[in-house]
Amino acid sequence: MRKLWRFTGGIKLKGFNKPSNTSSIHQIPIPEKLILPLRQHIGEATEPLISIGQRVFKGELLASSTSFISAPVHASSSGTIVDIGKYSIPHQSGISETCIVIETDGLDEWDSNITANIHPEKLSRENLHTIVKSAGIVGLGGAAFPSAAKLKPTRKINSLIINGVECEPYISCDDALMQSRPDEIIRGVILLQRMLEPNECIIAIEDNKPKAIDSLRTALEKLANAGVLDTTNISVIPIPTIFPAGSEKQLVKVLTGKEIPQHGLPYEVGVVCLNVGTTSAIYDAVYHGQPLISRVVTVTGSEVNQPDNYNVLLGTPVVNLLNAAGSIGFSKYKLIMGGPMMGMNLPNSDVPVVKATNCILVEKAEQEKGTKVMPCIRCGTCTTVCPMKLLPQQLYWHAKSKNLEKLDHFNLSDCIECGCCAVVCPSKIPLVHYFRYAKSEKKEHEIKLKIADQSRIRSLVRESRLEKSKREQEERKAKRKAERKKKKASIPKKDKAIEGQSTSVPEKIEDKGVKTKKVAKIAKG
Amino acid sequence: MSEIKNNNLASSPFIPSPTSVGKIMRSVIYALIPGIAIYILFFGWGVLINILLAIVASLLFEWFMLVVCRRPVRVFLFDGSAIITAILLALALPTIAPWWIPVVGSFFAIVVAKHLYGGLGYNVFNPAMAAYAVLLISFPLEMTLWSVPLESIKSNLGFLNSINFSFYRELPPSLNFDAITSATILDQLRTEIGLGHSIEKVVNSSVFGFVAGAGYEWVNLGFLAGGLWLIYRKIITWHIPVAMLLGLLSISTFCYLLDAEQFSSPWIHLFGGASILGAFFIATDPITASTTEKGRLIYGFCIGLLVFSIRAWGGYPDGVAFAVLLIGLTVPLLDHYTAPKVYGARKGYDKN
Repeated sequence: MRKLWRFTGGIKLKGFNKPSNTSSIHQIPIPEKLILPLRQHIGEATEPLISIGQRVFKGELLASSTSFISAPVHASSSGTIVDIGKYSIPHQSGISETCIVIETDGLDEWDSNITANIHPEKLSRENLHTIVKSAGIVGLGGAAFPSAAKLKPTRKINSLIINGVECEPYISCDDALMQSRPDEIIRGVILLQRMLEPNECIIAIEDNKPKAIDSLRTALEKLANAGVLDTTNISVIPIPTIFPAGSEKQLVKVLTGKEIPQHGLPYEVGVVCLNVGTTSAIYDAVYHGQPLISRVVTVTGSEVNQPDNYNVLLGTPVVNLLNAAGSIGFSKYKLIMGGPMMGMNLPNSDVPVVKATNCILVEKAEQEKGTKVMPCIRCGTCTTVCPMKLLPQQLYWHAKSKNLEKLDHFNLSDCIECGCCAVVCPSKIPLVHYFRYAKSEKKEHEIKLKIADQSRIRSLVRESRLEKSKREQEERKAKRKAERKKKKASIPKKDKAIEGQSTSVPEKIEDKGVKTKKVAKIAKG
Repeated sequence: MSEIKNNNLASSPFIPSPTSVGKIMRSVIYALIPGIAIYILFFGWGVLINILLAIVASLLFEWFMLVVCRRPVRVFLFDGSAIITAILLALALPTIAPWWIPVVGSFFAIVVAKHLYGGLGYNVFNPAMAAYAVLLISFPLEMTLWSVPLESIKSNLGFLNSINFSFYRELPPSLNFDAITSATILDQLRTEIGLGHSIEKVVNSSVFGFVAGAGYEWVNLGFLAGGLWLIYRKIITWHIPVAMLLGLLSISTFCYLLDAEQFSSPWIHLFGGASILGAFFIATDPITASTTEKGRLIYGFCIGLLVFSIRAWGGYPDGVAFAVLLIGLTVPLLDHYTAPKVYGARKGYDKN
């Protein structure tokens, strides 16, 4: 048995069964239109490489970026590009971003350049890395961090952690994936092992998913018995079901006892952490040459007739999923992307499924009405459950009074917005809402400071420039005066004056030349 | 940012909170029931009369202040906080106090200590203890008149007679005033030690029960049961009660071992006064207590030490109220210096 640690705080979410928990994954039919946002990941947005009217094939590259932290976008099915423009995307604030719209032709024709790798085991580390990057793979657990950026650590990696924890209630897409594609996941893990050369590799699964644990363990045993692949370093570890154990920081603590340094990344403690869905996507990219064009999405909630897991092409509008799952009560429902703890409200059902979409939750809208917010009674339960060891109550006071300095002091930026504090609050204070608001406020303030700083520097530079030219002017004046005096003094001695004139003229010209150059330089600067 | 009136927000988490202020307050009231029942059993209906008077008065004052402060009456009146304040205040009062004692106390607790500081969640001092301290200082005679345990009264006062006594100070002809009053064990201790007598004399007197004050020890056991239930139900954490009792026990045991003639046994300190009630129900009042785990341990321990100090060397027989009020003043400081280190805090990492 492996020693496990306990992260501070967290909550046991009882009574939220997973109605969608089955091993089957259904296919959603190809939608008429696919809406693909240019930014489906953390990092730089991509630039479109195609034009309107162009016919594209399934898996064809549509947009990319040269930035290290970015992920290209591919066509999820064959069809014609009909628009490149602003569409509403899944975002907390319901904003619109540039998307590529494909009108599908239903042929689902693959790009002819996409072929399976015959000997995936023989690919070099560099090759593997390129494949992962160009396949547009991002973390499919919800954060959508470009995976390739994680696979070039600058330090020795001790543990490779494959995250199959899935701690949010209702979501079961990873569970279904682990039950239906264990071989692919393990093969993906072996690829990752080759890229990172870790001392050990852990597939972590919450102990409330015995079927997924069994499925992976059986597959691991089979592969080991077959003797084709080396699986000795891989182990499947069940971990206690405590929310948010699936969060990277908390999972690293549970499995290694180490804490990722503040504002740091897991590789600093010798850990790389990837989601099971990501691992299976890496398998597809390396073995079959397929880029990331689909993912498993859970469709569930009280307003869904048949909660289940669906394989969905990226860019499929959410409404297609709702139709497939038989959503009812369209008049007064609440549409959430992600889980009930950390998900976001969707502005409408036309937004597309993106790489980060792990769940669509349809709940009755009235569920939360009628609860009154009471004053904070300082019970401190929020502090007890905070998995980041923050003081939510202090943050709340300072967020309310917009005291940015104090918010910094109490480490607002470390809040992972897991929602534990808000769920246990007896006064029903929407703490996470306050924290999100304060974070955006802080960001705005920082931008303002930056702009103010820039203009301050600009005015300082201008001032010094003006002063300099003034000084130079005065110096020149003084020089000329002195020269004139000299001249006056030297008039009686005629031959000397001639000498002086002949030398002083070129000197003046030279001086002027230097000055104009300087002016040009300052103007440029 | 203004107060958000309704949390029907477009922001996660979407799971409704299973607890509420009202639920917590109700649990605390339930937890007080066994102690109160035993108290009534041993000391008569005066206990209940005090509690009822305090509750009615507190709710009236609460209603009045909510209306005056233009706060939502429906939300706050029955959130349970005023009722708990009333019960805790009533439990601190002598069981044979006149009717106006709980009423004046309620006025001070609700109007002055609670609402003038901003209402629920904003009060600096524990309202019940602030009111108790004011009463004790203002009306020392009424506040130190304790009743004898029932078993030693020849005839029980009964409910109606208790009411009669509370309002009109009239006793049935068979009883006289002296027959129903007695000193508490802590009073007795003070007097005897003040007179230069040894502890022995107190232990042999009628106010001594099995290990501490006659009757009071059982009442305290009732409160202990309720307090443990609160910890079990996770309404309070163990930190404050354990730290406070530990603080009280450590110093009282130390002194007792040093000089058993001058210092009473730790049992008397534990079960003689308001220690148990204070540890589980008064010091744990979330609004005025420290909020961090370390802070709670220090807060509780200091209260324990101070309770003993007041009892042993101070001017009052019991010191729970004063200790809670005084240590309560250090809470902002405690919270500031005991803030936990954030996850992944770098060693020697200075934010500035």
